[in-house]
Amino acid sequence: MRTDLTVNGQSRTIEADPRTTLLDALRHHLKLTGTKKGCDHGQCGACTVIAGGRRINSCLSLACMHDGDEVVTIEGLGTPETLSALQEAFVRHDGFQCGFCTPGQICSATAMLEELQAGWPSHVTADVASAPALTVEEVSERMSGNLCRCSAYPNIVDAIMEIAGRGRA
Amino acid sequence: MRPFEFTRAESAADAMRLAGDGATIIAGGTNLLDLMKLEVMAPQALVDINRLDLGDIDEAEGGGLRIGALVRNSDLAADRRVRDAYPMLAEALLAGASGQLRNKATTGGNLLQRTRCYYYYDTAMPCNKREPGSGCQAIGGITRLHALFGASEHCIATHPSDMAVALRALDARVEIQSQDGVTRMLPLGDFYRLPGDTPHIETVLVPGDLITAVLLPAPAGARQTYRKVRDRASYAFALVSVAGVLDVEDGRIVRPALAFGGVGHMPWRNPEVEALLEGEAPSVDLFAEAAARLVAEAEPQGGNAFKIPLLRRTLQAVLRELTEA
Amino acid sequence: MTVHIRMDDRVEADRLEDMAQGVVGKPLDRPDGARKASGTAAYAMDSLPDGACFGVLARATIAAGRLEGVDAAAVEALPGVRAVIVDERMLRNPAQGMAGKAPVQDPHEIAYFGQPVALVVAESFEQARHGAIALVLRLEARAGAVVGPDDAGVEIETPEKKQQSSGDLDAAMREAVFGVDQTYTTPVHASAAMEPHASIAQWDEDRLTLRGSYQMLRFNRAELADALGIDEKNVRILAPFVGGGFGSKLGIAPEAVAAAIAAQRLGVPVAVPMSRQQVFEGVMRRSETTQRIRLAAGADGRLTGIGHEALVSNLPGEKFSEPVTQATPFLYRGENRVIGHRIARVNRTCAGSVRAPGEAVGVTMLEIAMDELAAAAGIDPVELRLRNIPDEDPTQQIPFSSHKLAEALRSGADRFGWDRRRTEPGQVRDGEWLVGMGMASAVRVNMLVEAKARVSLSSDGHALVETDMTDIGTGTYAILTQIAAEMLGLPMDRVETRLGDTDLPPGSGSGGSFGAASNGTAVFMACEEIRRMICERFGCEAHDLTLKDGRAIAGNRSVPLAEILGGEDLVAEGHAEPGDAEDKVRQATYGSYFAEVGVNAVTGETRVRRMLGVFAAGRILNAKTARSQCLGGMTFGIGMALTEEIFHDPRDGHIVNRDFAEYHLPVNADVPQIDVVLLEERDAWANPLQAKGIGELGICGAAAAVVNAIHNATGVRVRDLPATLDKVLEGLERQGG
Repeated sequence: MRTDLTVNGQSRTIEADPRTTLLDALRHHLKLTGTKKGCDHGQCGACTVIAGGRRINSCLSLACMHDGDEVVTIEGLGTPETLSALQEAFVRHDGFQCGFCTPGQICSATAMLEELQAGWPSHVTADVASAPALTVEEVSERMSGNLCRCSAYPNIVDAIMEIAGRGRA
Repeated sequence: MRPFEFTRAESAADAMRLAGDGATIIAGGTNLLDLMKLEVMAPQALVDINRLDLGDIDEAEGGGLRIGALVRNSDLAADRRVRDAYPMLAEALLAGASGQLRNKATTGGNLLQRTRCYYYYDTAMPCNKREPGSGCQAIGGITRLHALFGASEHCIATHPSDMAVALRALDARVEIQSQDGVTRMLPLGDFYRLPGDTPHIETVLVPGDLITAVLLPAPAGARQTYRKVRDRASYAFALVSVAGVLDVEDGRIVRPALAFGGVGHMPWRNPEVEALLEGEAPSVDLFAEAAARLVAEAEPQGGNAFKIPLLRRTLQAVLRELTEA
Repeated sequence: MTVHIRMDDRVEADRLEDMAQGVVGKPLDRPDGARKASGTAAYAMDSLPDGACFGVLARATIAAGRLEGVDAAAVEALPGVRAVIVDERMLRNPAQGMAGKAPVQDPHEIAYFGQPVALVVAESFEQARHGAIALVLRLEARAGAVVGPDDAGVEIETPEKKQQSSGDLDAAMREAVFGVDQTYTTPVHASAAMEPHASIAQWDEDRLTLRGSYQMLRFNRAELADALGIDEKNVRILAPFVGGGFGSKLGIAPEAVAAAIAAQRLGVPVAVPMSRQQVFEGVMRRSETTQRIRLAAGADGRLTGIGHEALVSNLPGEKFSEPVTQATPFLYRGENRVIGHRIARVNRTCAGSVRAPGEAVGVTMLEIAMDELAAAAGIDPVELRLRNIPDEDPTQQIPFSSHKLAEALRSGADRFGWDRRRTEPGQVRDGEWLVGMGMASAVRVNMLVEAKARVSLSSDGHALVETDMTDIGTGTYAILTQIAAEMLGLPMDRVETRLGDTDLPPGSGSGGSFGAASNGTAVFMACEEIRRMICERFGCEAHDLTLKDGRAIAGNRSVPLAEILGGEDLVAEGHAEPGDAEDKVRQATYGSYFAEVGVNAVTGETRVRRMLGVFAAGRILNAKTARSQCLGGMTFGIGMALTEEIFHDPRDGHIVNRDFAEYHLPVNADVPQIDVVLLEERDAWANPLQAKGIGELGICGAAAAVVNAIHNATGVRVRDLPATLDKVLEGLERQGG
């Protein structure tokens, strides 16, 4: 089954079994292996990519459902030589250890900051009718869809807070 | 995942026709694909409805909201009207899943989430919900997640949704179009079915039906809350949840509506408890009586017996919170 | 040229102190950081060769019995399926750490529910996954499978070598002014590294290359070769990046052998990724433990006796058993002692190493018992521990190599504001939340394991460090680069470290917190040899040589290294081995944990509000990565305290919650901004770096601080971990709260 996508700004076409998830299409068909498979069931967040401007679990989406969509993966955020500000902050704050969940964390955080900017409330927003503040508690809750067994959580929060405080990802 | 045919529906009629022919509708897919990978569900055909025009939230006549079936959980939670008039619904949505999942999961799909029963998820285990007539292996097994209310000897599973619990307390109705052009509006209590001896049939939907919207009446009460209790701070299903809405007029509780998650085969509601509260002055004793009434019918399974005191205590705390000045 | 060191004695000279580059110990960023942050670090499944097929394992659905056969033909007829493989060389379970030979083989004998028994290979992942589910297995269940350590008919071993007793504990208990005699339990835990086990096997004639997710490559190579019945010279394993291990990837696992067999049979590369559910079922679990702990103390809280008797489980025939009491013989004083260790033989997923085997669960429960003693004696928990620090290892009667427990306790108490803790439980309330503080000691044995590393200094003044050692997130790339940069006087960016390839000199592998010290020592030794060669060429004595920023300095001469080398490369291999020092002194790392929790008075939910760890582990090689290791360990402790528990169905033994939705790892919101303090320490007995392991110290008692804080907050004492809300609630209900 043919699917046309824009991935990291480039038009890509894949020809794949309809069973192919967006995650496996990126990894196996487009060789974009930065996006990781940690559980394949939407329970860890390692596969997070930004589709249509929003963070999603690419393991729980079929590639063929994304015909015509724009997808941004970790490779689209920065290369080792041209890291985004958030990627740099993850390195500086040691926002990872083994690094396996890291692409998902960074994609998630990149899109999460836009959600925060847009004023979306979260589970820890005291009054959902009010605009959320940029706090450790808010960032921590909003990043809870990305497991990290090495538990760089405090460092991940520090990295995000630094960049969010500066107002750019 | 078994092979399937994939079609993208261009219109609602298209979707209903294909679904009528045996295709399973896929929207967000966050639960369906999870289950298909394990072959717990194995549809022969999928019809993708994501491009249908069901993604808006409109103001309905009489002051309510009409939420399109494809409105994503995150958009619904972030909607200004929902946040102002139905904060409990926003809270329930935000207590569920993760940011990533909420960005995909839809209003219609959320209602149709399947149970998280461990035995349903493992195809090596007998399960009447997955394979009618094979038995219920959860009974006598690990039952931490299981139901206190509405279970049967054939199935003791719970409904996992947070959103649906809030909707039930808000008296929401599900708008369903069927292939013959008829539109039905069903309150959630009539939409879901108890397991009885057919736990595999969870709703009244028939092939060819399409959920097109959820209708919220004007908010029944200004005092609303959704409280979820779970095994970790975030990203876990409810052990117990309580959705509550009421008003206090002249020192009396009026129009209380309470729904409970994590404890029933469907989002649970008990009219007796609400009747007991209606018109009464809030008091600790009243709340204790209401909680006792609620749990009086509970049928624990062993591993979930803790949910009885947990539910009792959580309900009382919710009532205290809602009636405090 | 190989230079060798065997740690038989103290190494008096603190050579790193003499160096001038000033990079060792600094909180430097990981050199591999940019690759990890950009998704370009390649893990096992990230280098799929063209034309590779996918293999998916199929599982047994009985706890014990035989696989009589499989209906291969039906699955082989499915689109894309290339083979259904059941081969006697396939593994029952992974090898135990450092086994160096194959574990139990032959999938026809089934010993636990979920055991991988067949491999379905297909052209695509989707085809193989479906094939594996569709495969019908003909299973013959054996009657009398024992699926739990408390089941009727369970066989329990009491190995003589693992029992220890001195003095008369019963008498001490009778005479004690204050005593504790309680039984505690911990459940089965999963390592749950984020990267699932996966292997890609590729044959070039009789030579096998395997890309895998493994921790200890030199052992894994031997294990894989042994399982396949081939010479290990014909096996190469690559694991340049490993997505977490925590013990689960110590030994070669079923997917690697299956991939190798399939790739050989089909003549194409074969990738076998394990699903998350398979990882839960098919790789090592940490055994559940039942621990009876007895403490006898005088009026002043000084211990006169300690009893620690554990029951753990494993599959029949497995040598490993969770060494629960490992630190008990030397942590506290007390002349009357009983150490007991029993092993129940059960048909459950194999038990093996999970982060800090032994101390993680043993010290944790001992530290809960100590909290009970403190409460009973009315002595502050910090003070109680201070009073019980022994002067020497009380069991072996040998000195400690270094000992910073007292400092860790005092400094932690001070920083945490421990003096604000209310002795009486249930006194602090914040709205619906009951607030309390708890603490615990940290201790973990320190080890050195044989390791080799090669260092090459090229004529242009760049250095290359090579070993088959792995970096599983622990910071190996960073610290080996730092050691070489320090010793050779080079800026960090002029040193490259290559890891994770069995073609390189064999390192220790990652495990038991020994990686940094063992491989770091090998790198250090190689660098010492290169320094000697530089001295020769420069014409100076070793103690006169300073290397800094790519220049050699002696007396009033300062010359670029390139000039001294004159177009020549210098290469040396370092070789570190443990020796008699292990027997002469007790080597361990110490620390303290402090936690403040809120317990919801309505629901019994616990949230950790603040947490501090103070640790001493000899010289810290990189303050940033060491801190991260401690954060990770303490978070494991939060999981152990509050959420983590594998449920086995009591009837058939299958793992019920075999995914991340229902095995609850702590998520970001469960973990506060933990504070870590690393104490200044040197341990000359450990190795010439005077550094000790720190990867596991963070978990060795951390959960106790949380559980003790729950007690302080509520008065509810949880003795069966995890302290899920139902257990706390039961206590609150009992109190009438």
